[in-house]
Amino acid sequence: MSKFELSRRNMLKSSAAGLAALSAGGLSRLAHASDLTVGIVYVGPRDDFGWNQAHAVAAAALKDVPGVTVVEEENVPETVAVEKSMESMINLDGAKLIFATSFGYYKPFVLDLAGKYTDVEFRHAAPLWTEADPKNAGSYFGYLDQAHYVNGVAAGLSTTSNKLGFVAAKPIGTVLRNINSFLLGARKVNPEATVQVIFTGEWSMPVREAEAANALVDAGCDVLTCHVDGPKVVIETAESRGIKCCGHNASQAPLAPKGFITGAEYKWETIYKMFAANLAEGQPLPNFTGGGFDVDFVRSTPYGAGASEAAIASADAARADVKAGKPIFVGPINKQDGSPLLAAGASFDNYEPSLDQTDYLIEGVVGSIT
Amino acid sequence: MADTTETPGIAVQSGMSNDLLERLRRSSEYVVIPLLALVFSGVLFSVFLFALGKSPAEFFSHVWRGGFGTSFSWQNTLVRAAPLIFTALCVAIPARLGLVIIGGEGALVLGGFASAAIAIPMIGWMPGLPMLAIMAFAGMVAGAIWIGCVGALRHYRGVNETIASLLMFYIAVSILNFFVEGALRDPSDPNKPSTKPIGSENMIGVIPGTDVHWGLLVGVLLCGVLYLVMNRTTFGFAAQIAGGNLRAAQAQGLPVGRLMVVSCAIAGACAGLAGFFEVAAIHGKANASLIAGYGFTGILVSFLARHNPLVIVPVAIFLGGIAASGGLVQRRMDLPDATVLVLQGLLFLVILVSETFYGRLSIFKSKGAAQ
Amino acid sequence: MSDDAGLMTVLLAMFAGAIRVSTPFLFVSLGEMLTEKSGRINLGLEGTLVFGAMSGYAISYHTGSPWFGVLVAGICGSCFGALHGYLCKLPKVNDIAIGIVLMLFGTGLAFFFGKAYIQPSAPRLPAISFGAWSDHPGIRQALEINPLFLLGIVLAIFLWWALRNTRYGLIIRTTGDSAPAALALGINVDRVRLLSTMAGGFFAGIGGSFLSLYYPGSWTEGLSSGQGLMAVALVIFARWNPLYCFWAALLFGAAGALGPALQSIGISRGYHFFNAAPYILTLLIMIASTSPRRSLKGAPGELSITK
Repeated sequence: MSKFELSRRNMLKSSAAGLAALSAGGLSRLAHASDLTVGIVYVGPRDDFGWNQAHAVAAAALKDVPGVTVVEEENVPETVAVEKSMESMINLDGAKLIFATSFGYYKPFVLDLAGKYTDVEFRHAAPLWTEADPKNAGSYFGYLDQAHYVNGVAAGLSTTSNKLGFVAAKPIGTVLRNINSFLLGARKVNPEATVQVIFTGEWSMPVREAEAANALVDAGCDVLTCHVDGPKVVIETAESRGIKCCGHNASQAPLAPKGFITGAEYKWETIYKMFAANLAEGQPLPNFTGGGFDVDFVRSTPYGAGASEAAIASADAARADVKAGKPIFVGPINKQDGSPLLAAGASFDNYEPSLDQTDYLIEGVVGSIT
Repeated sequence: MADTTETPGIAVQSGMSNDLLERLRRSSEYVVIPLLALVFSGVLFSVFLFALGKSPAEFFSHVWRGGFGTSFSWQNTLVRAAPLIFTALCVAIPARLGLVIIGGEGALVLGGFASAAIAIPMIGWMPGLPMLAIMAFAGMVAGAIWIGCVGALRHYRGVNETIASLLMFYIAVSILNFFVEGALRDPSDPNKPSTKPIGSENMIGVIPGTDVHWGLLVGVLLCGVLYLVMNRTTFGFAAQIAGGNLRAAQAQGLPVGRLMVVSCAIAGACAGLAGFFEVAAIHGKANASLIAGYGFTGILVSFLARHNPLVIVPVAIFLGGIAASGGLVQRRMDLPDATVLVLQGLLFLVILVSETFYGRLSIFKSKGAAQ
Repeated sequence: MSDDAGLMTVLLAMFAGAIRVSTPFLFVSLGEMLTEKSGRINLGLEGTLVFGAMSGYAISYHTGSPWFGVLVAGICGSCFGALHGYLCKLPKVNDIAIGIVLMLFGTGLAFFFGKAYIQPSAPRLPAISFGAWSDHPGIRQALEINPLFLLGIVLAIFLWWALRNTRYGLIIRTTGDSAPAALALGINVDRVRLLSTMAGGFFAGIGGSFLSLYYPGSWTEGLSSGQGLMAVALVIFARWNPLYCFWAALLFGAAGALGPALQSIGISRGYHFFNAAPYILTLLIMIASTSPRRSLKGAPGELSITK
């Protein structure tokens, strides 16, 4: 918590206006800023309607900083290819700052290169950097589980079967945390609610995602959400089956004009604009940048036609609570196997470090990790 | 029998004049035709770029610089070529018997997984070298069993090897994911399911003076060894005869079944080694990143090299170079990543079609040669 | 949930999955079957499928007519088929190798030109409801059937009949079984193979357009998870019989629905293997149903891959 407290609270008082002012202030001084080449690596296509696109659109803010050249590479797999792509940016393009936007880039590739090229700064989009890692590496991340919690609140008031469906890619920490938070949101307003999860096993596999969505509807779920790279297929399937849905990653509201409730979106532009401002000012980037609603790193998609009055009111209240720091994880919470996670009365701070290491599903989630 | 010591492509030469100039003239065919194919496909691709309003000159200068123009580029190229050499061998060896194996990726994945899995109990106390040896052995055995099964299924059950190897690739992936996300998952890294890391001190280093791991050198040596095996040993001769006509070979009493299983096992061991090097030199652990498509690209390499182990090396390097240059092209010219795929497709199409000209262009024929 | 209800859910999901997912497999394998019957193998149909998916979606977006998109996808597919058919008639050119390169080339072109179509939403193919008689929402949903699926069934039956009973069928089979015999009969072997490969490409293109225009129904680069390659393999599994191609495609679709369906009723331990069920099942059936002693029945004699 404390490690990014500094960056979070000091860098911005969570207002976009403040950021804009910061940028403008930077602009006047940019004549002095030496030329900087920034490299960005994406794991998929830049226009995938999901994770990569969210980054690419937001990272465009860096291009507006005078003196900064942005070079980008897409579809770079999490193999030696990404190491060589980043090195190529350093050696052939003279990049001094690299943004690596996929989870699997960090270990070993970003860490290796940070050790090898000590004059180059690396920033990686996941909460993985620790004090033990090289000082020229770092992490930036939005805590999307806060927005999934709000999704859950809205979903819990939108279901009649009390069964919510979740199409998930892989059982990794961030995904599990989103599922757990989604359930906690639903349980807060609807103690009967359960979340049925299906893992597709791949970040992007449209046919299986559609099959999973259909299977969940057939099993009685009447609200669907997901955590896959491109949620388009899940949302469209939910809409065509006549049930409600919550989005993920970016706005899917136009895809489900009847059933869309709300969605959990990253707001990477806050972070990239902040970085852009830092660069324009000639200031170093923080090693760890992370946050949720409180610093405007995540947001909820504007409500769609599927959101009832009650759901809107409760979701708005839940978001305000999270923004104010009220905890999501409030005991009693048991893990799926019945072992206690939190005793009654206990709670986790929303930035509790152990939540970054989530390797369990909680009671109320149906479906196992392995 | 002596004639079969030559590769099929060169066999045409036997029985002709020994005149050195004549030989040069005829073998120059194998240099000139591919070069012409390169130039021609370059022209075709330039037309494509022109139509898009991009400069071909700029494009090809980026390809050169990104793939071969600097010492960094060369190392980038060679690192990418290393796994392709192994996976191409996985296609080339059974191809001598007429078997088309397209599931080498499965053997790579399982080979990598086996070497990482066997290392787990040794982490922390076993010194690096014996540990790596055991890992390499485990990777080769896993790959050999996997593709060996394909050969055995073909011979003993009549199951088509192409489809069986493809199906088994998907099964291999599910085995890897099942264990990596389950029983063998390293609990300390919840965000990328992997086996326990073997530790950086145990990993294979780089060839001194370069940034390229030893896998490349092993691959090149293996190509040489397998070239000799397939062209200078009775095993190789027998395989070649069986590849020419399976039923005739069977009628002659050749142990076709054993040839098939052994060739497939050798092939699988090669792909398994690729997996081992991915684990021991790149990732340090087994995870889903092992499924990177090297096995499928290897099919292309092997067919372009006409299943000749010695030709696999330059073809793999060439392919690695194009892959290495893809990033620079994207970054400098704002072209999508698929540009390089289009270039590769066009290039290899022309190269494959150019094979039709071997032995048909009069300038390469010796006067009075009985063609 | 009670066991019976769970079983029903799984069975229904497999039934629905078979109908939803099988169409691309059916079209590609019918196309490949036709090509292989003429004595050539075109491994490049994966590339054709992906390009068909992209071009069908793009045309549907620009013209507003998804059926026109399907047609264009087919025509693009037959262009790839023509390229394969023409190049492979040249001496010393290997049909397997050309197929592998066309897989790369088709995919590359589709990704290159498809960047602009990931975002837009194109009009999609309609479905015909056959389930109005049932009160069960799952059954009604399962019986929302796309016309292309029905077309595929008709095509399979037609090809099965035509290959046996028509002069053209005889010409194709003769060409595939023995080129010298076909030549002796005055058949233009190269032309027959060219046309068969073009027809095969046409079907594969249509199979691709089903992916982007109906199910899952959008164009993305990850749209095909190897359906085209797998469908080519299914032809061998189906012993070059169009009707078996249909059953193989159904089986594959149903098995693919097994993993998600089991997870939806709470059985998820080992879901990796359930997700691989289509591949495991196909392999087991092949092992059980083949025999080393007789050569593959129905295999065209000229086919390089089964010699």
